[in-house]
Amino acid sequence: MKKLMKGNEAIAEAAIQAGCRFFFGYPITPQNQIPEYMSKRMPQVGGCFLQAESEVAAINMVYGAAGAGARVMTSSSSPGISLKQEGISYMIGAELPCVIVNIVRGGPGLGGIQPAQSDYYQATRGGGHGDYRMCVLAPSSIQEAVDLTQNAFDIADRYRNPVMVLGDGLIGQMMEPVDMEKAMNREPAPDLAQKTWATTGHKATVDHPRSIVNSLYIDPQVLEDHNIHLQSKYDAMESAECRWQEELTSDAEIVIVAYGTTSRIARSAMRKCREKGVKVGMIRPITLWPFPEAAIRATLATAKHYLCIEMSMGQMVDDVRLAVNGERPVEFYGRCGGMVPTVNDIVDQIMALSGQSDPDLFKQVEQAANAACEKINDLGKKIDEKVNSPEFVQKTEELKKQVEGAAVKTVDGLAKGATLFAEGLGKAFDAFKKEFDNNDDQGKGGEE
Amino acid sequence: MEKQFLIAGFGGQGVLLIGQLIAKAAMRQGSEVSWMPSYGPEMRGGEANCAVVVSDEAIGSPLVSEPPVLVAMNKPSLDKFMPKMAVGGTLLYNSSLISDPELRDDVKVIAVPCNEIADRLKNNRVSNMVMLGAIQAATDMTTDENLEGTLREWLGESKAAMLAINMQAIAEGRKLV
Repeated sequence: MKKLMKGNEAIAEAAIQAGCRFFFGYPITPQNQIPEYMSKRMPQVGGCFLQAESEVAAINMVYGAAGAGARVMTSSSSPGISLKQEGISYMIGAELPCVIVNIVRGGPGLGGIQPAQSDYYQATRGGGHGDYRMCVLAPSSIQEAVDLTQNAFDIADRYRNPVMVLGDGLIGQMMEPVDMEKAMNREPAPDLAQKTWATTGHKATVDHPRSIVNSLYIDPQVLEDHNIHLQSKYDAMESAECRWQEELTSDAEIVIVAYGTTSRIARSAMRKCREKGVKVGMIRPITLWPFPEAAIRATLATAKHYLCIEMSMGQMVDDVRLAVNGERPVEFYGRCGGMVPTVNDIVDQIMALSGQSDPDLFKQVEQAANAACEKINDLGKKIDEKVNSPEFVQKTEELKKQVEGAAVKTVDGLAKGATLFAEGLGKAFDAFKKEFDNNDDQGKGGEE
Repeated sequence: MEKQFLIAGFGGQGVLLIGQLIAKAAMRQGSEVSWMPSYGPEMRGGEANCAVVVSDEAIGSPLVSEPPVLVAMNKPSLDKFMPKMAVGGTLLYNSSLISDPELRDDVKVIAVPCNEIADRLKNNRVSNMVMLGAIQAATDMTTDENLEGTLREWLGESKAAMLAINMQAIAEGRKLV
């Protein structure tokens, strides 16, 4: 039976059902229901909830629990995740698995508390130091948030590497039906090895030597070898863990690329545009890293345009451009700072790209064009009146006489005469124009 | 078929609960639903609202930018959201707290004296249930039985004694439409 659950609470319960028994965190909106829920639930399942003195302390507690082989999680929102970056880099260096939830809010700095996707670079490029990668999972519904949180623990253990679940304020705060029965008492994936590397205080033997958790390698050759080993894990993640969803892409001339909350709004817009006959489809990256590059390239067969939509000033669009590699135009539409795009905003973007006029829009353009024509006709009438006015005719005649006179005076002055004629005519036009403009200005004043 | 609701009022008036009960009732009938609250540094007496979407298929945007159904429990909510309403939509407003409002003539309007009826029932906490009854009648969102079942589930055993007064309030709200 389905249960109506809030995103943050559903993520917390999913973690517990996946065997997470340690949670360390520090409060920040809009993810506070995760620690709140954990504080209630962890004692019930014999786990540990601890509100740390800071985000830095919390991520280092995660480091400790992960080093001892536990399933452990922390959560925060953008500014707090910035503070955790050092710990994330250390855990990747020390090859420790954990799950980090970022319920993103607008930045930079303290920013705001409303939904945003402006931490894409931080999540996928690593806000911490060193050559590192981590899987980033981006749910677009509460059910998916549950599924991906549970998957995150498996992926983390599989590669001994942190995994990030990247939501946003909307995913955290929204309620949707969730099938929790499927998520209950979820066993770890069958392929996962025993954590013999964990520092549990065991006695060292030949079969089970002393475990050391460390990210310090002073010898450059040893550190290079360590990095090459880590790289082989990133390569394995790229080939095995990439996830995405395709919708209506088989004939899509416009391919939307959007993730999380934005993909839902884009889906509504896509449906509206399909009703108008626009061939639009969507690729929704579920893993932001590894990025579904091959899936995007597969759409090149039909795609004429790509449209990347984000709640940021344009971050994932870089990855879309890398995937498309200049073979098609890649457009971007984004809102940020906690502003969420509306369905109509995205419909407008798609229609503009489709080159197919919206019937309503067509009517509007026609009206505007008719209005412009009327104005031009008016202007034409005014010019006619001016040119045919006796005043104008008289001025032109005077000029002619002056020029004729000058030509008679100088025998070899034909060229000079021509110049004078041109100058005189120019001046006359200037004078006329000035007068005309003055009259027109007055006219305008009256009209408005 | 998609139905959208926007329910707004003061924090403490039970507007988020109205939305949750609409969503839960629809979920019990097998519909896809989403419930999205306004969130932030809110408090009792501050502004609160929630958007509910009910659909036969997976819900796209959970946000409601042009509400076809607007429920305004106080004046600031009416002022803020009525201009955004879809033409031909349904507006239900709490006429106990909003007197002689300037209303749009391109939407259907239902005045619901929530607080007066709740006072008459000698329980001012059920004013939101009066509104829920009116919403149910105005939008045909669910059956009486399903709404009662939803409420019974929400109250649980510990508050089961409160079911009668809440159902009475809902019935009074229905009568107004």
